[in-house]
Amino acid sequence: MSDLRTPLARARGLGSAKDGTHHWWVQRLTAVALVPLAIWFAASLVMLSGATYDQVGDWMERPLVMTFLILFVAVGMHHAQLGLQVVIEDYVHSEGLRIASVMLVKFIAVLAGLGGIIAVLKVGLGG
Amino acid sequence: MPAPSRPASSRPLSPHLQIYRPQLTTVLSILHRATGIVLSVGMLYLVLWLICVAAGPRPYHAFLAFHTGVIGRLFLLGWTFCLFYHLCNGIRHLCWDSGWGFELKSTYMSGWIVVGATVVLTLVSWIAGYAVR
Repeated sequence: MSDLRTPLARARGLGSAKDGTHHWWVQRLTAVALVPLAIWFAASLVMLSGATYDQVGDWMERPLVMTFLILFVAVGMHHAQLGLQVVIEDYVHSEGLRIASVMLVKFIAVLAGLGGIIAVLKVGLGG
Repeated sequence: MPAPSRPASSRPLSPHLQIYRPQLTTVLSILHRATGIVLSVGMLYLVLWLICVAAGPRPYHAFLAFHTGVIGRLFLLGWTFCLFYHLCNGIRHLCWDSGWGFELKSTYMSGWIVVGATVVLTLVSWIAGYAVR
């Protein structure tokens, strides 16, 4: 009982997940970022409709396109795994399975995200 | 007449989800989650596309063969719908987070706007996509 902090001070900002509002906040932060990114990506796909392999490659080589594509993959993956984590935490009641599924989702998100980014860099920087 | 047996807890129980008649608000709420799950899988599909572009013309054309087929097109149509729905309803959620539009009337109004915008954006993007070709 050497903790001099009041129960309120300990509880403030920390919910049952013990990380306070951080998860909630990052989900909103990435959501706001994804509004322009998703609109840009959807518009790009419309523009690329029926494009040849070379045309897609030329498009992807443009620095601005590379920047937005990498951002879309990174921010999108982050937002997706945060959302899937909430879904898993809501519906998977066995603690072991819940922790394992959340870990699996995060591993896949990092792996696929990194794979996507490296693919963009390979095309853009002339692999 | 025997007294009815008391439930295990004397606290009032809320009715099960299946008892409720689906309402616009509840349907849109669960749809946000469902489209989010679909879009997460879509992110993997996007990465697959990027990797196929990086891997060269042959893997890319193998991807394209699926992508431009009937199943591939249906995937893309579903993805487009999910993207625009999650985008529009996500903006609605961000408005709520800022404390705007919480009244029952505005919740329904914004809900119908989201439905309308999703349908319009999905149709417009597909018409534009076919017009560009």
